[in-house]
Amino acid sequence: MHITIEALKNIFKKASTEKYPIQKKIPEEYRGRLIWIMEKCVGCSLCARVCPVKAIQITGKGKEAIITYFLDRCIYCAQCVDSCNVKAIEITREFEFADYDKSQMKYVYAR
Amino acid sequence: MSGTVIRLVIGPQHPALKEPERFILELEGEQVVRAIPRIGYVHRGIEKAMESRTYIQNLYLVERVCGICSHAHSICYTQAIEELLEVEVPPRARYIRTIFAELERINSHLLWLGLIAHEVGFDTFFMYIWRDRELIMDILEELSGNRVHYAVNTIGGVRRDLDHDKASKILKRLEIIEERIKRYIPMLEREQTLLKRTLGIGPLSQIDAIKYGAVGPMARASGVKRDVRKDDPYAAYDELSFNIITLDDGDCFSRIMIRAYEILESIEIIRESLSKLPDGEIRVKVKLAVPPSEALSRVEAPRGELIHYARSNGTDKPERYKIRAPTLANLATFSKILVGAYLADVPVILAGIDPCFSCMDRMQIIDLEKNEKNIWTIEDLRRYAREWYQRR
Repeated sequence: MHITIEALKNIFKKASTEKYPIQKKIPEEYRGRLIWIMEKCVGCSLCARVCPVKAIQITGKGKEAIITYFLDRCIYCAQCVDSCNVKAIEITREFEFADYDKSQMKYVYAR
Repeated sequence: MSGTVIRLVIGPQHPALKEPERFILELEGEQVVRAIPRIGYVHRGIEKAMESRTYIQNLYLVERVCGICSHAHSICYTQAIEELLEVEVPPRARYIRTIFAELERINSHLLWLGLIAHEVGFDTFFMYIWRDRELIMDILEELSGNRVHYAVNTIGGVRRDLDHDKASKILKRLEIIEERIKRYIPMLEREQTLLKRTLGIGPLSQIDAIKYGAVGPMARASGVKRDVRKDDPYAAYDELSFNIITLDDGDCFSRIMIRAYEILESIEIIRESLSKLPDGEIRVKVKLAVPPSEALSRVEAPRGELIHYARSNGTDKPERYKIRAPTLANLATFSKILVGAYLADVPVILAGIDPCFSCMDRMQIIDLEKNEKNIWTIEDLRRYAREWYQRR
């Protein structure tokens, strides 16, 4: 009996599914792709050291540092953002970066 | 019954569900006379991997031990490391951890309620429950940014704060869930589909639950008052008033009901902790190198008691790390509750402990006398179970 009432109620409810490509719902606290602001970066390589999946590679020191960010490895934990002492890393709200080629999924930041 | 014993192998591989596991059942006719679990198919070397990573990196590795109780694992890990560092976590952080832990418990229990309903062929309820679970997933997503691995804990506190706006959003959604669960409870109690398949199936008495070391909802459904939140309070549980719910029957039906009641209790815990939420810092700065020592930490994960052990050697990496998940503790009870059960009830009993695996994909029936082999899929087993009950 209880289930019949519930079933009848559901006939008049609208669908719970989101219409994805038309409707995009991104939560407030979402952690997407990271970007480095090289004007602030001091090249201390702390972000590369705390990264749990080795998604950040640094060559060079100080102002000459070149940062390679591997999107295919990143787990979007944003620990590097927390650890950065000069706040040179920012979280964007992008989330659609599927690609056919893994070698294309990297970003290079240099001053 | 002619006395012929048939050995039946269930598992280990299931491509769609969480974890593979193998069970060898010895059948006499349709009744199980002996059950032997065989574990270790999903050994991923996480403990060794943790020893080669720093404490900060391990935060994210330990969350990935399990998809559903990721927050329980990360609380347990941070507690162990905080004990090694002798750091006191700010009260606000302890409360936020509690709120996340309880939201996760609701999420896990709802997921399992849906799965068991699916297992007995009550798919309508499965759809209802999983629809409601989306509300909890939405809350968690809004609070942490992620639906599954929240990445909220850090050594020395939490990474995300709660504000008034978010708190009111949580309360609004919890109200809907509470109302729905209260509507589902009488539905579950009267639904013949469910009662016929679960009432009196896979009973575990109170004495056996203690003897076999059952933990979590499994033990509480058998009348054992065992809950780490009360026995060894962590996070903010010592400052909150809540009840440990126990049921006496210890069958599959009590295991369903106990989870439904625990969801209601968790909702109350979240409401209380939101009203008591103290002001102040959410994290304290900690050193990266941990002094040599050892620590044991216990947490009540949605599935039961979770134990983490850590030993440090003064560097920024742990020397030894050990995790004991609640499913391992509950696995031993299988050798008791499966004995005497009918083959048709095996899927329900196996799913009944809320295992971190669902291994019923493929089974091989080997008739020792005729030396015949037939491979059954999960669908075959489900169909067999349905037909078997129709014949009765």
